[in-house]
Amino acid sequence: MTTTPRSVLVTGGNRGIGLATARALAEAGHRVAVTYRSQAPEGLLGVRCDVTSGEDVDRAFGEVEAEHGPVEVLVSNAGITDDQLLLRMTEESFSRVVDANLTAAFRVAKRASRSMLRARFGRLVFVSSVVALTGGAGQANYAASKAGLVGFSRSLARELGSRGITSNVVAPGFVDTDMTADLGDARKAELLKTIPLGRTATADEIAGVVAFLASDASSYVTGAVLPVDGGLGMGH
Amino acid sequence: MSPAEVLDVLRARAVEVLEVAAEDVQPETSFVEDLQVDSLSLVEFTMDLEDEFGIELSEDELTDVHTIGGFADLISRRTS
Ligand SMILES: NC(=O)c1ccc[n+]([C@@H]2O[C@H](COP(=O)([O-])OP(=O)(O)OC[C@H]3O[C@@H](n4cnc5c(N)ncnc54)[C@H](OP(=O)(O)O)[C@@H]3O)[C@@H](O)[C@H]2O)c1
Repeated sequence: MTTTPRSVLVTGGNRGIGLATARALAEAGHRVAVTYRSQAPEGLLGVRCDVTSGEDVDRAFGEVEAEHGPVEVLVSNAGITDDQLLLRMTEESFSRVVDANLTAAFRVAKRASRSMLRARFGRLVFVSSVVALTGGAGQANYAASKAGLVGFSRSLARELGSRGITSNVVAPGFVDTDMTADLGDARKAELLKTIPLGRTATADEIAGVVAFLASDASSYVTGAVLPVDGGLGMGH
Repeated sequence: MSPAEVLDVLRARAVEVLEVAAEDVQPETSFVEDLQVDSLSLVEFTMDLEDEFGIELSEDELTDVHTIGGFADLISRRTS
């Protein structure tokens, strides 16, 4: 199936899942831009942007619009963790994680929706996590922010559906990136036992599903939460 | 710009964006009751006019606007 080339923006597209996604989308023929904070990846249009700053977001969109045209596919992927048990978790940490993972999604989706409304077309993809629905000990801030994306995305699916704009969530399980690199071997072995496929995912395996959501093949998919977790979250 | 001049632009944009007939766009016309415009269409219409006139309208300013004439007055005030 052929896919219409689109102007795509991937936040946090300079490494990890975001970079793999940006590369997969470029491979599929789209015009791909990525946000970065320190170093832009080679071969992709890099726009400097801290997603916790509304000004940065606005400027970054302006740059993408000038180079590639209005954003038609937005992949809100940038995210952070700051794990800590509840009793040790500071309000500052909670707010910081929610700001980077959830409020930032609001910032970029709001900015993108203006031109999507005008074009009567848009694809919003939010990278959440299996933890959004299962919860995770030590990840109350992260899980809350990722669960928030589900209600946020589904609200947009309802608000904007009549204008040809879809909004979906991808919920990865355990993916090999910098984010999970620090987990100890023992913890990792324990986690692997809970994954039916018995292994972790590569970033490319998440990228493929995001690429599907950006493609013409997903035109009737909206308000969905797509697990890409090797079976880890089944039932949630 | 005078309210009458603004009204002309507003009428043209309403025909385009809200897909209504020009003769149905009068100062006393209500967006919701007469034109049956839904909330999202109203947001789109507002966005369009913000671009057209190069202004930004706040929610506060818009809460009391229910008719075409009210909208024209608001824009006229903001552009003069
Ligand atoms: N790895 C997993 O197992 C896993 C599982 C489920 C969900 N996820 C989600 O997948 C997404 C990508 O994760 P990853 O594993 O690829 O993580 P990663 O390798 O740590 O990359 C995170 C990306 O987010 C960017 N970022 C973080 N805060 C930002 C900010 N304030 N402004 C702009 N960019 C910011 C980073 O940019 P810098 O390079 O500038 O820091 C980086 O590009 C995240 O939303 C994560 O929650 C990951």
